[in-house]
Amino acid sequence: MRNGSAVLFLMLSFGWAGLAPARCFAAPGVRGRTAPAAASAEARTAARLTQLERQVAQARDAGDNAWMLTSAALVLLMTGPGLALFYGGLVRKKNVLATLMQSFSLMAIVTVLWALVSFSLAFGRGSPFIGGFGYIFLRGVGAAPNPAYASTIPFETYMIFQLMFAIITPALICGAFAERMKFSAMVVFTVLWSLVVYAPMAHMVWGQGGWLNASGGGSFPTLDFAGGTVVHITSGVSALVTALYLGRRIGYPEQPMPPHNVVLSFIGACLLWVGWFGFNAGSALSAGPLATSAFVATHFGAAAAAVGWAGAEWIRNGKPSVLGAISGAVAGLVAITPAAGFVSPISALIIGLVAGLVCYGMVTRVKARLGYDDSLDAFGVHGVGGTVGALLTGVFAARAINPIFKGQPVGLLDGHPGQVLNQLVGVAIAWSLAGVGTFIILKVVDAVIGLRVPPEHELQGLDISQHGEEAYNL
Amino acid sequence: MKKIEAIIQPSRFELVKSALQEIGVQGMTISEVRGHGRQKGHTEVYRGSEYTVDLLPKIKLEAVVPDHLAEAAVQAILKSAKTGKIGDGKIFLSSVEQTIRIRNEERGEAAL
Repeated sequence: MRNGSAVLFLMLSFGWAGLAPARCFAAPGVRGRTAPAAASAEARTAARLTQLERQVAQARDAGDNAWMLTSAALVLLMTGPGLALFYGGLVRKKNVLATLMQSFSLMAIVTVLWALVSFSLAFGRGSPFIGGFGYIFLRGVGAAPNPAYASTIPFETYMIFQLMFAIITPALICGAFAERMKFSAMVVFTVLWSLVVYAPMAHMVWGQGGWLNASGGGSFPTLDFAGGTVVHITSGVSALVTALYLGRRIGYPEQPMPPHNVVLSFIGACLLWVGWFGFNAGSALSAGPLATSAFVATHFGAAAAAVGWAGAEWIRNGKPSVLGAISGAVAGLVAITPAAGFVSPISALIIGLVAGLVCYGMVTRVKARLGYDDSLDAFGVHGVGGTVGALLTGVFAARAINPIFKGQPVGLLDGHPGQVLNQLVGVAIAWSLAGVGTFIILKVVDAVIGLRVPPEHELQGLDISQHGEEAYNL
Repeated sequence: MKKIEAIIQPSRFELVKSALQEIGVQGMTISEVRGHGRQKGHTEVYRGSEYTVDLLPKIKLEAVVPDHLAEAAVQAILKSAKTGKIGDGKIFLSSVEQTIRIRNEERGEAAL
């Protein structure tokens, strides 16, 4: 905003400078003319000024729109190929296509659903808990900005940006049920999940009049800049419930199930890191300094977490692994998601480091002790990293970075300890909604079409049994 | 005719191949194989899950040579494949009854 006024001031100054010579030339002629002529010159100047102001606003809006469209594309890149490759490399060779297909099919299915109804349920005007049907079939979602969300970009841009978040969230859950869920069950599950879990959660945190909406004056203002609760806690907790409900893969954990291609996972993780700049910096909903702040925090969080995870491995096992380093980076990106745009770069380093270490402990120690089979650690990275990030946002958020509470202190270290409680409420709601919602959906889908592939299909691999293809015909 | 089957370290393969070509061995067949003898494997760790890999990658080289070349070929492999450490592999020698070239049905050493 401040930047916007500065630009306006500059451009106006140039405008006046440009007008000055014209006035000098006109001056001799003005002498001796009548008063009405002078008045009409004034009016012309005023008209030009108005036009100039409009053009300045349009230039700013075009800048914002350019960044938001770029961000939307970057967030789509996170699902395909980013997440698809990250997960695809971690599964066994016989399941890689099925894993890629889970991410890709969501790019298509959630999009269709979004246009029909789910955008309206998430962002339409409704109750504090879920949106209404006002934007069904994208009615009224066009070029005009919606000031309730973003006043400088077309509402349609906001809609497509948000869609990319709705796509990646259920795609993250796929990591928990990888290598054993029927494709048909996965499709029905994610459709229901988008409507029953994602739409209400997005509405509560970001929607107009949402219960937890910090910038919209919700009852428990939960700070969630880019989706720590909405995206990562919901998907991570749903992943845990799904893993527990489905049970282990045949042969787990006695049989070795190492990743079939860490190179694919590496490429995927690097694409996720880059795409995350759109995810977090795009959540500024403008191209101003807040976007820069979120961009910087994102990068620092990822780096510190990669150092944390790989470092912990190095100390414990004597070797830092590639898979550990990239898993750490993803955990850091998850944790910084709610905090980016509220915290300083140094706070981002701390959040990233903590997330890297906690997720490392969760995935390598706690999971093995509890014995559940979250195949690709969707809960250990997204559920745990998201929770750590959401709580630490309440600690490190600072009004100097983002004066979201009208200049009042924001986080604990800023002098507002109550924010940690607000974050806890947001976390608790995300956990409960995702946990209960997912369990009910799983029950329903299990009863109607069944969730798991038959054992012989699981042994054969999902690529052949679900899709009739093989990845590597060499 | 003797058949030489040598299981060797992948890193020594190029040396073995040129040593055999030098003494006049005409052809060979190579496979990438996994196996173990006395050599122990290693441990791999993926996100805290440890796997012991005891079948290690090796190269299997097969060549059928005329009787008079057999000992020279064995010596060539020994010289070029040896590192002196466990895991250098083995050579198996066996007699071959007949060799037939498919293209022109030549038989015996002429077909080698």
